[in-house]
Amino acid sequence: MPFSFGQKPSLIAYVTCGDPNLATTREIIFAAIEAGASVIELGVPFSDPVADGPVIQRASERALCNGTSLADVLKLAAEIREKHQSTGLVIFSYLNPVLRMRLAKFCKVARAAGVDGVLVTDLPIEEADDYIRETRKNELAPIFLAAPTSTDARLKAIAQESGGFVYAVSRTGVTGARQQLTQDSQDLVRRLRKFTKLPVAVGFGISTHEQFTEVGKYADGVVVGSAIVDVIERNPGKEAAAVGAFVKQLL
Amino acid sequence: MATAAISKRGKAANTPGRFGAYGGRYVPETLMAALEELERAYEKVKKDAKFRARLNQLLHTYAGRPTPLFFAQRLTKKLGGAKIYLKREDLLHTGAHKINNCLGQALLAERMGKRRIIAETGAGQHGVATATVCALLGFDCVVYMGTEDMRRQELNVFRMRLLGAEVRGVSSGSCTLKDAINEAMRDWVTNVRTTHYLLGSVLGAHPYPTMVRDFHKIIGEEARKQILKTEGKLPTAIIACVGGGSNAIGIFYDFIEDKKVKLIGVEAGGRSEKLGDHAARFPGGSPGVLQGTYSYVLQDDAGQIALTHSVSAGLDYPSIGPEHAALKDTGRAEYVSASDTEALEALTLLARTEGIIPALESAHAVAEVIKRAPKMKKSDVVIVNVSGRGDKDIGILRENLKLD
Repeated sequence: MPFSFGQKPSLIAYVTCGDPNLATTREIIFAAIEAGASVIELGVPFSDPVADGPVIQRASERALCNGTSLADVLKLAAEIREKHQSTGLVIFSYLNPVLRMRLAKFCKVARAAGVDGVLVTDLPIEEADDYIRETRKNELAPIFLAAPTSTDARLKAIAQESGGFVYAVSRTGVTGARQQLTQDSQDLVRRLRKFTKLPVAVGFGISTHEQFTEVGKYADGVVVGSAIVDVIERNPGKEAAAVGAFVKQLL
Repeated sequence: MATAAISKRGKAANTPGRFGAYGGRYVPETLMAALEELERAYEKVKKDAKFRARLNQLLHTYAGRPTPLFFAQRLTKKLGGAKIYLKREDLLHTGAHKINNCLGQALLAERMGKRRIIAETGAGQHGVATATVCALLGFDCVVYMGTEDMRRQELNVFRMRLLGAEVRGVSSGSCTLKDAINEAMRDWVTNVRTTHYLLGSVLGAHPYPTMVRDFHKIIGEEARKQILKTEGKLPTAIIACVGGGSNAIGIFYDFIEDKKVKLIGVEAGGRSEKLGDHAARFPGGSPGVLQGTYSYVLQDDAGQIALTHSVSAGLDYPSIGPEHAALKDTGRAEYVSASDTEALEALTLLARTEGIIPALESAHAVAEVIKRAPKMKKSDVVIVNVSGRGDKDIGILRENLKLD
């Protein structure tokens, strides 16, 4: 059910959980869903987010100042699931918090919370045997990143191991808005399609309606992350309403 | 995942990039092709006689290898136990062992056609060595350094700039080495097609821990020949400080199979045993993944990486090279710690007994020999790796030592 990308293109909205606090994150997510987001990526704050640009770095710091943990994010997922049965829920984390909770426990709790998929930024397929086994055992889709620098051999292996959808990284670099998207993104999606029938979502750097529409022409899902986190940062006290309005004009 | 490739064989784990359960390659997908390329290129040059000859020539004529093994007679007498030898890596060009690895990786980058080099630095020694080899080979060089480290190692910041490198301050987290690595990784993930990341310790994703160790293992190979020549026997113990652990693995590696030689790594005990006040990963940490590798990490219950403290910027880091984690678990090496105060005292003692001012990092190893040598027999022989010289620390020494 979770990843129905029927209505093209679907919006996958990323938020860093706990920024500015968990209660507000919940309201932000509800607003994003009501405004049309099909999938929510619940970002788990991490002290050393090497794949993230300054916007998500700052959000992670704020969330960690509140003491937000992976356990909190899983509780939040359960609250979202209770209210919205048809929205896809993905846990988006770095590996260490998952290891610390223990992989098996994490997968069990995530499943019980109604999570559909998991993406671990710093876990490439080569290191993911246990992870793939545990996520699949718990009916969680193991979502992997594909990058413009990935060789065809890697893309093939990534496509084989992935569940739910494949997350194509639009360009080399960290998360964060860009004025222009490069040709990299479309080339990557074309290459990926040779190896998989799974839906392909494109993320990194997408922040405007124009970019959303452009990417939507060749991708099944479009991830918007830093742009949403930026709206949250710039609208203290009225985060949910601001994100709702932002998501509406994106689509 | 972390447990998938467990091998009990310690040193020679059967999976590439694994040391027992530790090591591996935990990075975003964007970097995977670059790491594969680097691994292939490295495997190729390892067997290339021309490459090795050029590296050896530079190590000899440019860096100043072999470094002496010096008998510290007055320190030995003062401590009244084991005979103490100092492996003088501090005498190398740029002032520390770091140049061994920088020359190796820079020649490798040249082979790969990458002419933009990035690096992280803590104490600045790796940054200076990187800036130096970039000047030597005509590469563009960007060094990331925590702003707290820039403050306490300001001489090295100036040296890097003088050598033509761009030093970029990093003011996130604790503004130290870990944060500089984060920023270097972000640069690499962005510019990976044109850039080589010249990582400065036995950390990060495979092949770095293996490759960096290989470029430093010459320290132990020389020490073995030198001690056999002078003493006619292998040492009882070898002591080295451990931040990421490159100088330690460099001097340990050739002795790992000689089970009678004690290998002792010294971590930074900082100002107290409280999490956040030190960088002693073995007593205070637990296995986890940070910056590409699975090893011991100082972290909280939720898996967030802890802040660290050490008077020495080069040891101020929450994780440790994965090969050290394996050596610890198998018991082949022993790991202890020295506090800020002990390191400062050791530095002063070595300066006054032998006329050698070690780097604050290396002073941690000296602190351990001060504790250990008096309890050893006069026939015992200890080698202490003096991984760097203390000139860079004069500013922080002036803040911490009252000499009037």
